Amino acid sequence: MPQGVILFPSIHFALRAEKLIKENGFTVKLIPVPRHLSPDCGVCLRISWEKREEIRAILAQAGVKIDAVHSLTEAEK
Amino acid sequence: MEEKIIYFDNAATSYPKPEEVPQAMFRFSKEVGASPGRSGHRLAVEAARIVFEARERISQLFGVKDSSRVVFGLNATEGINQGLRGLLRPGDHVITSSMEHNSVMRPLRAMMKEGLEVTILPCSTEGFLDIQGVRKSVQKNTKMVVLNYGSNVVGTLQPLEELGSICREKDVLFFVDAAQSAGAIPIDMEREMIDLLAFTGHKALFGPQGTGGLVLGERVDEREIVPVKRGGTGSRSEQEEQPDFLPDLCESGTPNGVGLAGLLAGMDFVMKEGVPKIREHEKKLTKRLLQGLQEIRGVTVYGPKDAQKQLSTVSFNFQGAAPSEVGLRLDEEYGILCRVGLHCSPAAHRTIGTFPQGTVRFSLSYFNRPEEVEFALQVVSQLAQKEG
Repeated sequence: MPQGVILFPSIHFALRAEKLIKENGFTVKLIPVPRHLSPDCGVCLRISWEKREEIRAILAQAGVKIDAVHSLTEAEK
Repeated sequence: MEEKIIYFDNAATSYPKPEEVPQAMFRFSKEVGASPGRSGHRLAVEAARIVFEARERISQLFGVKDSSRVVFGLNATEGINQGLRGLLRPGDHVITSSMEHNSVMRPLRAMMKEGLEVTILPCSTEGFLDIQGVRKSVQKNTKMVVLNYGSNVVGTLQPLEELGSICREKDVLFFVDAAQSAGAIPIDMEREMIDLLAFTGHKALFGPQGTGGLVLGERVDEREIVPVKRGGTGSRSEQEEQPDFLPDLCESGTPNGVGLAGLLAGMDFVMKEGVPKIREHEKKLTKRLLQGLQEIRGVTVYGPKDAQKQLSTVSFNFQGAAPSEVGLRLDEEYGILCRVGLHCSPAAHRTIGTFPQGTVRFSLSYFNRPEEVEFALQVVSQLAQKEG
């Protein structure tokens, strides 16, 4: 299953997003930000790449700020 | 043998705390420890989760949708300073009352020297603000109305909804100092049309000292806020400029993780019991205390003297005795701990007519029992006879 990550401005938004995504029944995991995606030392959320648009909509609806959504497999190529 | 004490100084710091509070703080120190949001490892994430949950709980308690608009700091004073300094500029006008604590008065007095225009509306001797006075005082350059919801001297509660509605109508920000009231009486920022709310953790929210902050409503434009402090936030670390988003904009330096763990447990307790139930208990005790004190000859009680219209904070004086002497005797001879003097609120004491000597203040909490109130009334009665 292709996976992706969502990057956030700060851990507050990552945790808020994690809660919302779980509440909506999607699988999500908090992981350290892959070095090649950002120089920041924080965390991001790993999600199923297929669900990215649905998840993006949920977060937008709740006003959760996000920085970017990356495909993990593509980024690692 | 441990000497029995009666703690009536909850308006300063609530004590005791629910058992869960010290337990949560111990657990944080022992098992979590790390810097919230400063690293990606499990303990840092666990610490960040605790801070995050505390933020979520604050937004639930005060009816705010977006918990990123909860900014933590040391106490209500820090929240008030951030709210005032962060939004008011020279040339702006702000309206406040003569019942304010120095946490509002001192920043405003300093800002007046820098060109801020301030109107201090007089209150009645019970501490009530004339609501129409607020409406009439709004000018073209009025940016904000800042008020203490519940007085720390006499407990007087101001009518928030009416004040909030005037502020909306006049398009000015409504800033509420909820240091005394948060946790003691229901507050809903949406219903009461509050734009900024300063709170502290160490009073009726049952958290430890060193926790508090500011909640920013939707009408406050985060792009307009100037942070009081700048520094490390654990976010946007590649930049040397302060992040422009909340809460990081206004939260620099490692937060009080252990304190916020305690505050979270305190708020969980408050929500489990329910603020209305807490309010009812305190109202009953306050009613009895007010009634009992007023029956004692030689004792003058200040404020609304109506449990419905005030918090569980009661100020009084003995004829012919200085508050400081009374306070010392209550502590040394009877184990009753209270606060005497001016309570950091010279303006409020001028308003109720007790400046500069101040008052004796009994402030109760959810943990006080009716028997303690009865005992205190007996003691005050005895002291009044001796003094009289």
